[in-house]
Amino acid sequence: MEQASAAHAPGELILRLRGVGKKFGAVTALEDIDLDVHAGEVVALVGDNGAGKSTLVKVLAGVHQPTSGTIEVQGKAVTLDTPGKALELGIATVFQDLALCENLDVVANLFLGHEISPWRMDEVQMEVRAWTLLQELAARIPSVREPIASLSGGQRQTVAIARSLLLEPQIIMLDEPTAALGVAQTAEVLNLIERVRARGHGVILISHNMEDVRAVADRIVVLRLGKNNGVYTAETSHQELVAAITGANENAVSRRAARKLEEVDQG
Amino acid sequence: MAQDMQTKATGARLDQGDSRVRHDTGLSGALRGFVDRVSSGDLGMLPVVVGLVLISVVFSLLNPVFLAPANLVNVLFDAAAVGFIALGVVCVLLLGEIDLSIGSMSGLSSAIIGVLWINTGLPLAVAIAGSLAMGALVGVVYGVLRNKFEMPSFVATLSGLLALLGLQLYILGPTGSINLPFSSPLVRFGQILIMPAWLSYLVAILPGVLIVIGAVRTNAQRTAANLSSPGISIAIAKAAVLTLGLVFAVYYLELSRGVPWMFGVFVMFVVLLDYALVRTQWGRSMFAVGGNAEAARRSGINVQRIRMSAFMVCSTFAALGGVFAAARLASASQQAGSGDVNLNAIAAAVIGGTSLFGGRGSAWSALLGVLVIMAISNGLTLLNLSSSLRYMITGGVLAVAVIVDSLARRSRASHGRA
Ligand SMILES: Nc1ncnc2c1ncn2[C@@H]1O[C@H](COP(=O)(O)OP(=O)(O)O)[C@@H](O)[C@H]1O
Ligand SMILES: [Mg+2]
Repeated sequence: MEQASAAHAPGELILRLRGVGKKFGAVTALEDIDLDVHAGEVVALVGDNGAGKSTLVKVLAGVHQPTSGTIEVQGKAVTLDTPGKALELGIATVFQDLALCENLDVVANLFLGHEISPWRMDEVQMEVRAWTLLQELAARIPSVREPIASLSGGQRQTVAIARSLLLEPQIIMLDEPTAALGVAQTAEVLNLIERVRARGHGVILISHNMEDVRAVADRIVVLRLGKNNGVYTAETSHQELVAAITGANENAVSRRAARKLEEVDQG
Repeated sequence: MAQDMQTKATGARLDQGDSRVRHDTGLSGALRGFVDRVSSGDLGMLPVVVGLVLISVVFSLLNPVFLAPANLVNVLFDAAAVGFIALGVVCVLLLGEIDLSIGSMSGLSSAIIGVLWINTGLPLAVAIAGSLAMGALVGVVYGVLRNKFEMPSFVATLSGLLALLGLQLYILGPTGSINLPFSSPLVRFGQILIMPAWLSYLVAILPGVLIVIGAVRTNAQRTAANLSSPGISIAIAKAAVLTLGLVFAVYYLELSRGVPWMFGVFVMFVVLLDYALVRTQWGRSMFAVGGNAEAARRSGINVQRIRMSAFMVCSTFAALGGVFAAARLASASQQAGSGDVNLNAIAAAVIGGTSLFGGRGSAWSALLGVLVIMAISNGLTLLNLSSSLRYMITGGVLAVAVIVDSLARRSRASHGRA
């Protein structure tokens, strides 16, 4: 983490999507998506289950190929045809379905595909960097020489996050990173997101937890049924956000809130 | 970012901050760790060692000739060819793939040697290069079928089995058999040539020395990097046991002819492949693809290229095995590579501890496994059992090895060790 890569002027546009669409056969998972990410900015991506958030992340990670639209990284149009290409361009991802090899140990997973000295791997140096990185994340990993299979869900999540930081990315995308984490770990991840932002990198955060989103996001991009449904800020009221996510003012959430209010009034 | 660091228990080693972990040190610690691993299903080389001891006891009781030095030298001569094939099989098994055409590939390779070298009169080196190139090419074909057409490797290689056998019969022509001259270096290599005694002893001492030097260096590096170091007592104990064993083995073989060059070359390739699998990025990628191909892809690994390389290494080693088999038999015939060659090579890799399910294994499993298979085959031949019985027994041994593999896998899953 120490050797920071070329920092950007704050506010510089580093990622720009225009009209991105993705079809899985008959299913249109994404349609006409626009998204901007600037240096030193945390963009929260919210939406109901199945809104297409993970699909968008996978398109940007080079896992899926978009069926339409353009992606620009630092002003240059790019094709993210492999995950390796996305990593090269400085886009790192923590996937929702964790992408770890259970048969390999923590160090091997952290450095997978980017081992130090490929012809004679430097295990000692890799282990030192692994511990340093994990300590920065305040991770509680008992041993980095145990296979991933022996770790808990939260510990695996931490390893996945640590791995995304290893390559000093320009943009880091986190797909529901705190879903499996405890209270302290969640706070650590939010701190981490702020630190990454302070270093002038862009962050895309996906979370169902509105509290977390409000705590760190500069902008909140809402997806609904695979389409853009407005851009909001942390100041936007809860009701308004929920309405954008669910697509109506009249919905289960607002009905429930109204009922609670009535109960309080009567009580 | 250092100010954010929450180093617990400052002063402790970087990797020993967690009080929940037992940090095994010294010899007793190593022993305890070993028992833990085995009981959770991480068997490693244990079954094969137990198997070898069992086989030695049973066969030497049935026929004392089995353990005679002269017979063991023969076993080593026989082991090299199948050993090479098994070495290739390890690579494809690591990816969770299979190559069922290795027998045919080795047979074809023998035939190419015969045709190019004897019938056409090309230099031996050219003939060998030709058969290795053929092996690599066949690997490319399997790789393309797997990568571009998503053809399961067992289907692709099963059709390869027949196609390559056909090609072997075709190029051998109606006579069907080509004899290689006994005075030629290739046949002498396959039947007579023995490493000089001093070299065998030197090679027997080398691993122990390297283990100790390696341990001292790793310890120094780890200490300098503020990591815990396991101490060198374990390494010294390991090296002592290994050196004693190897030196005794060489001494025992020297009572007869000694260690065949053929076997020595095979062991050298085992060491090379082991280095490639354990110490290089390529090897790490092989394990990753075998463990979770999608995760490997998302880490930026070119999964298709890794698969291609595995199939190529496998077929090329099978071709090399064919060259060795031709040298051993002094002929290139229609029978080369048929019969139990396929099964023996795959069984050797699995018995040695390489999992059929991908992601686990080692180059050493080819060496140990082929010793088991060849010992069984040799022991049964000494008992004058027909090949029908030999086939059945070898088949049974493979089944047992696969059962052990499956049970160990289940146990590892329930112990969280994948
Ligand atoms: N690999 C796939 N094949 C087919 N459909 C998919 C695939 N991945 C996602 N989808 C579909 O795309 C839509 C969006 O899914 P996803 O991006 O996972 O939503 P979210 O992460 O917002 O909950 C869903 O309808 C889902 O069924
Ligand atoms: Mg999702």
